[in-house]
Amino acid sequence: MNFQDILFYIFSSILIVSALGVITVRNPVYSALLLVLAFVTCAGLWLLLEAEFLAIALVLVYVGAVMVLFLFVVMMLDINLDRLREGFWKWFPFGAVIALIMVAEISMVLMGKYFGLEEIPTPRPQDADYSNTRELGRLIYTEYVYAFELAAVLLLVAMVTAIALTLRQREDKRSPDPSRQVKVRKEDRIRMITMPSEKKD
Amino acid sequence: MENIQQQFVTMFGTEWGAMLFSLASNMIFIFAIVIPLLLGVAYLTFAERKIIAYMQIRVGPNRVTFFGIPWLRGWGQPIADAVKAMMKEIIVPTGANKFLFILAPVLTIMPALAAWAVIPFSPELVLADINAGLLYILAMTSMGIYGIIIAGWASNSKYAFIGAMRSAAQVVSYELAMGFALVCVLMMSRSLNLGDIVNGQQGNSLLNWYLIPLFPMFLVYLISGVAETNRAPFDVAEGESEIVAGFHVDYSGMAFTVFFLAEYSNMILVATLTSIMFLGGWLPPVDMEPFTWIPGFIWLLLKIAFILFFFLWFRATFPRYRYDQIMRLGWKIFIPITLIWIVLLGSIMQLPESIRDTFPLNIWF
Repeated sequence: MNFQDILFYIFSSILIVSALGVITVRNPVYSALLLVLAFVTCAGLWLLLEAEFLAIALVLVYVGAVMVLFLFVVMMLDINLDRLREGFWKWFPFGAVIALIMVAEISMVLMGKYFGLEEIPTPRPQDADYSNTRELGRLIYTEYVYAFELAAVLLLVAMVTAIALTLRQREDKRSPDPSRQVKVRKEDRIRMITMPSEKKD
Repeated sequence: MENIQQQFVTMFGTEWGAMLFSLASNMIFIFAIVIPLLLGVAYLTFAERKIIAYMQIRVGPNRVTFFGIPWLRGWGQPIADAVKAMMKEIIVPTGANKFLFILAPVLTIMPALAAWAVIPFSPELVLADINAGLLYILAMTSMGIYGIIIAGWASNSKYAFIGAMRSAAQVVSYELAMGFALVCVLMMSRSLNLGDIVNGQQGNSLLNWYLIPLFPMFLVYLISGVAETNRAPFDVAEGESEIVAGFHVDYSGMAFTVFFLAEYSNMILVATLTSIMFLGGWLPPVDMEPFTWIPGFIWLLLKIAFILFFFLWFRATFPRYRYDQIMRLGWKIFIPITLIWIVLLGSIMQLPESIRDTFPLNIWF
């Protein structure tokens, strides 16, 4: 066992424990924070697989932006845990089906020798100056450009929809309009007058 | 260096010796970065108090000195402050979540220090020369917000919570503009490696620095950097006049000082990144005799000090922004500017060589 294997086992045990924590901890803030920990350790595992771009993008997008907003919402809401637990048995069959599918998929990977996994060779480790980011960028913008653009349009549509659903013009709102504020000229606001000074008695 | 590595190999065997050697040498490098950085933070607070004092026609700290030397009066102030902070009691409020309350300062300082791993101080002086350096820095700086949010929530106080929410929204919005400004830099340099970005600015003089072709991006990056570090005039997260001290209102002693250290080391980090990406890093302003005598490290320090002076100057000059004004500046002004600039830069880069050569002032390539 070398140093990388030890790192792998450390990261994976933290990942499993924190992922279990996400679904078992009672406090929603704790479970959101454990999800952050799971993302970070997952990024560590990806780094061990030489996927440094994906690892850093995971931290940047999920940890740095998505989970911040998640925490933001979870902290603001006053969640009633008993109400949440009421629907458990109603949704149980649905969850069980999803869990079964996931177990089947994982077993396909783990019991690889029955599914002919040895046909796929182990990837060769790349040289130190190999840029993962450059290769990914080349593939995205040449071979997979339509899929990539399609995904981008999908995200744009989702964004526009979210804004359109929540945008409303309030009539009773009183807030200053900065562009009108900076447009104000001196002449519009003040009137210069000259007055003769009064004589002292 | 080689000898020590040999000794490690003989002591721990071939497989473990090299690993342990790299671990030990990296630890030494990390301390060589962090200890000067923390000293720099201490003296940045002193510089801030002195500079703002002179701008406001005051004197600033002028009492604490070393060994009674009269011309060093005031220079002992940061050390005295540090000692005072260590002596103070860390009070945990009764209603606070103890674990997260203590964890929050740790989570704030961790990314602030970890981001320094990829900073190149001179062509060969860099701890981790990784290909995705710029992305790594973006990822690390985006993690700094967790400490603030957790501090605000764990304090179980309304003022702290409002400060944390303000800070979270502000940092997430300005991160976008900051990231887009950096996209322009990496389009110019065609690399994410910070050393390559500096080398891309090599030329005869400061006209080759990215400051000139990317001037609007420089401004966007600098102002977003001020907003990211929650400094005045964007310091609504700790606006004294409305919410006492914002997210760290319940912290005392060393726990408070750690937030302080993180804020100032983030300031130095933003200044360093600005000098690396727009002001040519370790390159001298003119590649001529008297300038090239000074080592590159000193040039980098001078540029960092120059940018840091702006931070202090802003604080002494501008009144605090209102919260909706901050959001408007980030979303409605900076993000459109950066998007337009990315498209513009991309279309210039795609122009054929023959058209590009006819530009009157070829600052782009």
